[in-house]
Amino acid sequence: MSPAIGLFPASGAGGLAQAATLELPQVEYSRFLPILILIGGAMAILVLAALVGGRVAEAWWTTLSVGVAAAAGIAGVWLWHDIQRHGPGTAISDALRIDGFSVWFTLVICSAVALFSLMADGYVQRERLGGPEIHVLALLSASGGLLMAYANDLLVLFLGLEILSIALYVLAGFHRRRAESGEAAMKYFVLGAFSSAIFLYGVALVYGATGTTRLDQANRTLTAMVTGNADRKLALAGMALMIVGLGFKVAAVPFHTWTPDVYQGSPSPVTGFMAAAAKAAGFAGLLRVLAFGLQPLRDDWRPAIWALAVLTLVVGSVLAIVQTDVKRMLAYSSINHAGYVLLGVYANNEDGVAGAQYYLLTYAFIVLGSFAVVSVVARRGDEATRIDDYRGLYLRKPLLAVAFTILLAAQAGVPLTTGFLAKFSVIRAATTEDDYSLGIIAMLVTAVAAFFYLRLIFVMYTAPEGVDEDHPEGEGSVAVLTRERTGMRVMPATAATIAVSVAMTVGAGLWAGPLLDFAERSRIFFSG
Amino acid sequence: MSAFLRDYLLVVLFAGAAIAFAGGSLTLGRLIRPSRPTAQKYLVYESGVDPVPGAWSQSQIRYYLFALLFVMFDVEAVFIFPWAVNLEAMAVFGLVEMLIFIFILALGLVYAWRKQVLRWV
Repeated sequence: MSPAIGLFPASGAGGLAQAATLELPQVEYSRFLPILILIGGAMAILVLAALVGGRVAEAWWTTLSVGVAAAAGIAGVWLWHDIQRHGPGTAISDALRIDGFSVWFTLVICSAVALFSLMADGYVQRERLGGPEIHVLALLSASGGLLMAYANDLLVLFLGLEILSIALYVLAGFHRRRAESGEAAMKYFVLGAFSSAIFLYGVALVYGATGTTRLDQANRTLTAMVTGNADRKLALAGMALMIVGLGFKVAAVPFHTWTPDVYQGSPSPVTGFMAAAAKAAGFAGLLRVLAFGLQPLRDDWRPAIWALAVLTLVVGSVLAIVQTDVKRMLAYSSINHAGYVLLGVYANNEDGVAGAQYYLLTYAFIVLGSFAVVSVVARRGDEATRIDDYRGLYLRKPLLAVAFTILLAAQAGVPLTTGFLAKFSVIRAATTEDDYSLGIIAMLVTAVAAFFYLRLIFVMYTAPEGVDEDHPEGEGSVAVLTRERTGMRVMPATAATIAVSVAMTVGAGLWAGPLLDFAERSRIFFSG
Repeated sequence: MSAFLRDYLLVVLFAGAAIAFAGGSLTLGRLIRPSRPTAQKYLVYESGVDPVPGAWSQSQIRYYLFALLFVMFDVEAVFIFPWAVNLEAMAVFGLVEMLIFIFILALGLVYAWRKQVLRWV
């Protein structure tokens, strides 16, 4: 026997006797199958890469990655049918909650990963960063995001947050030869670690106040505390810290300062993935915590979310106007979009949550398409991201310019696109008879924000100086404008990403019913 | 004083004895010994040879890989310790779960191996 047991004879003997019965948790593996598929698929791809060795075409890894993401998405659809038959459920001893909300975010995040993999295919080939690692990291990050959407327990939410974030820190620094990429990773890591720690401190305070980390039990305990008018200071402090931690993740003002630098420095496909999947996962976590776990404290967090939403909308749109770099401009625009989703959170009703979900799904497609265009225009080295680099894009790559026009217009909220329907749903949900200030502010900000989208669209159709628009192959500018020498190659996978984004944006904008209905039907977690 | 604090009295006395012993002997030495400093006595000791100025050397950043792998497997060990203490209570479920955990980290080791990170060059 080891000496340790000899030193503590009393506790040792007693400990061994007490440990005879341990209650094992109920693990229904089929209920969280999408997470298992993503993790298992990522590990399988990694091991396959290690065993195969040598030079393998990038297309293999992309196909495998898209396949894994598609399989997880299909598992999500299967889960949806299962929920329709048997109602929402829990898994792993109530640590996870499987309902329509979870399925919706499964579809959002899995589509984001699939589109990202297609985008990254061309990017890593062009930048000579090839290999499966970028896909593996994205799949693992997505699994963390799914865990956040499925969370019924604050510690599970934290676990998901960390899995999502740590893989993203590495992805942000993925371009080894660019100093900006390393800088972005460093900034994201330091600030992200701080905000995760703040979030965890909030979890600890809420645990101190309610005696549990489970969201459903916290809901019940807090309801009792509110009706009994007990002292809620500890719970409120915990709530505030959790809003700070999650606000960082979704880039709400004033926790947004990392966003422009990190979005600008990261590789363009990774920025798209951050804006789509990380934001969606962050909002899933925020909705789970505020709208479900801390619902009894709604009179306390709703004013805070009101203030956050106003600040986020205004700061995001105003600061985007003065940007000269397209990636920074899209970063501030993504902050602006987070403000709209916060409107859905503020509304705190079923329409609000459905609107927020719909916004996140449509925004994911739009922003991934936009960053696919950005990664093409940035050329080798991922450097050409100023607004001036887009001047005359229509003359050189007309289809790309038209696609980008549609995506930017969707972000601005032009009708016949999903962007309009998304903004409409959240603003409608946040506007009631007595409480319309936020709706008015949101609509005014939409007009302000339209400026920088329209400016970029305008620039694309403007010829560079010294070139006649009708005869772009005139003297002096031939080398710049002939197709073979632009340095912009649209790889097939990237073209597929852009095509899918545009098709989804316009298609679901015109044929809006199915997606909107699905969003409404998948917000049943309130009653679950 | 509560029983809880009384348990720590032993620690306080022990710390006091250590400080007294070390401080006392050093102080006694300083009081007793003669002080006749010369320049040669203040040279840096370098095993008898003449000391060479500039002791700073640059450590190589490539050793970060070893630090990285060490941290990961050390944390794995930290997770295995409490599991090992409670293994009897968790029976087969606990065993299989920990084997899966170790297997996943072993996959990471395979990846590091094939990426030639483990070579000493």
